[in-house]
Amino acid sequence: MDRKKPKKVFVQGAIPPEKIANSVANHQSKTNIGAHSIFLGQIRADEVDGKTVIAIDYTAYEEMAEKVFHEIREAAFAKFDITCAHIYHSLGKVNVGELCLFVFTSSAHRKIAIEATNFFVEEIKAKVPVFGKEIFEDETHQWKVNK
Amino acid sequence: MKVTVKYFGLVAEATEKSEEVMELKGELTAIALKEQCLKGLTITDKDSVQIAVNQNLDDSITIKDGDEIALLPPFAGG
Repeated sequence: MDRKKPKKVFVQGAIPPEKIANSVANHQSKTNIGAHSIFLGQIRADEVDGKTVIAIDYTAYEEMAEKVFHEIREAAFAKFDITCAHIYHSLGKVNVGELCLFVFTSSAHRKIAIEATNFFVEEIKAKVPVFGKEIFEDETHQWKVNK
Repeated sequence: MKVTVKYFGLVAEATEKSEEVMELKGELTAIALKEQCLKGLTITDKDSVQIAVNQNLDDSITIKDGDEIALLPPFAGG
């Protein structure tokens, strides 16, 4: 894996479930891997004051976000003995039930992969300048804040 | 000096624009510029907005000519 090369993280719209299957398939030739760990973020139909979220419209400070994604990757490779790591995050509108974040790490052993995935997810939520407009069924909206 | 100020999320909604070029006078820190930019905007929690200067979140930085400034509301990735 060329881990130094900045990778394109953002995808327009929802992440198709086929991408997860394809990513797994792409790693079957890497026989030093013993464990994959996958996190999938899915849009939840939250209820706020009797209104239901139907989608999130994601925007980002893209140049800074790509830089921060790269820094998180570098930190993860320094901290964990992982073979490879892939991150995909949606931009634009993603409907409830669809996927907006896909983190995929691989390692020789399960604990490292699981810990690395958790590290990626927490770091992404805390540090990457991505903004989410939660759209309700009546077309009003509120701005999502990560907890 | 001139700087480009980019707005995102609820800040862009409040300013009704995504970016603008601003003419600034005198020496200014990032935090002072943030206060100046947010003044008069209807944003409930102004403390939750961060300022980035050339993608750096240190708000004690002194602004220089040509800097790219970004006003960033709370992050909501994932």
